[in-house]
Amino acid sequence: MGIFSPGFTGRRHESKEELPPGQYLERGFPVLSAGPTPRIDKRDWELTLVTERGERRSWNWQQMLDLGPEEIATDIHCVTAWSKLGTSWRGVPLDRFLDGVETEAQYLFAGSYGGYTTNMPLGELKGRAWVAFEYDGADLDPEHGGPARLLVPHLYFWKSAKWVNSLRLLTADEPGFWERNGYNMHGDPWREERYW
Amino acid sequence: MRVRWVPALLVDAHAQTPASRTLVFVAPDLESPLAGQHVDVRLTAEDGYTAQRAYSLGSPAGADRIELTVDRMPDGEVSPYLVDMLQVGNLIEVRGPIGQFFVWRPEQTEPVQLIAGGSGIVPLMSMIRTREAVGGTAPMRLLYSVRTPEGRLYADELDALATAGRLEVQYVYTREAPADWEREAGRLTPELLAELTLAPDQDPAVYVCGPTPFVEAVADGLVQAGHRVASIRTERFGPSG
Repeated sequence: MGIFSPGFTGRRHESKEELPPGQYLERGFPVLSAGPTPRIDKRDWELTLVTERGERRSWNWQQMLDLGPEEIATDIHCVTAWSKLGTSWRGVPLDRFLDGVETEAQYLFAGSYGGYTTNMPLGELKGRAWVAFEYDGADLDPEHGGPARLLVPHLYFWKSAKWVNSLRLLTADEPGFWERNGYNMHGDPWREERYW
Repeated sequence: MRVRWVPALLVDAHAQTPASRTLVFVAPDLESPLAGQHVDVRLTAEDGYTAQRAYSLGSPAGADRIELTVDRMPDGEVSPYLVDMLQVGNLIEVRGPIGQFFVWRPEQTEPVQLIAGGSGIVPLMSMIRTREAVGGTAPMRLLYSVRTPEGRLYADELDALATAGRLEVQYVYTREAPADWEREAGRLTPELLAELTLAPDQDPAVYVCGPTPFVEAVADGLVQAGHRVASIRTERFGPSG
């Protein structure tokens, strides 16, 4: 729109083309949460899946590990405009939790210890979502969502629900916490779907 | 998206502290903000390169002029330009206002406890000013943790509100306290936090804003002191240049 800032040159980096529009490269790992950080012991941790027909499955920590974790190397993109490239995680693919589940749901509605929620289209999660419990070779810190968080790196990072403890399969989309508070229902960083 | 980039004209600016500057913009196309919201700021170089960052608004809800207070981050990309180079009469772009959760609305009647670490005071100042603008009577208290007395943002305005009995303000100086201060300089401990803030039995709405380690420590302390988790709203500042 022809508004330039005289004398502004910016801090460019060699890999600008790898970043979604409007993002900048971050070397630290900023924390964004709307309230206090829940402290959940792995021994008390449980994840529950509920289908659109009300069928439930639950996993405790060991049962989750038994599903078969894998290493994940990915870029992550926060709606507040930082991106972090080449992060490494360990987690269980969401597909393993959905194995053998009969569902016609089109949306996943994730819920967390502490009450956080977020929604996303189920169809685009195959091979692209995990329940992650290690970051950079160590247990995931509570402020980053430990003991386990959702990891959905192809969407803005608020979709990667920290402290995840429920996965609801829905036939109709429903806004989660930030989606009710000004943020986009989908949240694709490459299409810059940040806000309402 | 409904939220679009709109022009903002810098109409006034002054240093708050040696490392921070308050910038006042007129942005007629920006939707009216709520107290506690933030905007994205976008700078564009002459060759089209852009950089954006989020900044909380310090101005009251519904104000004609929006105000940001920006800390100069060493090695930052956007903040040094906003603090040292942007001149009155220059245009930038802003987008927002953003966030419907870390907000205080004048119709809230419960007591309010604000807790700021450093430049985390900015969105809380918006809440304080909004309450002043509407002559609000909800009890409001501020606990402000800051390195030194000189580092206090909005010092004169906060002093005036405290003197007028409109706002209870407590300070914790983490690096250097005034000579006659009642406490040694040092970090906010859980004991001090409990002593200097509204008690859980008053069930205040609590707003905490500051750097991540500060917010983590304060939010943990509040929960342990018995505040309801749902009554605590936080905004964490990561490193953001």
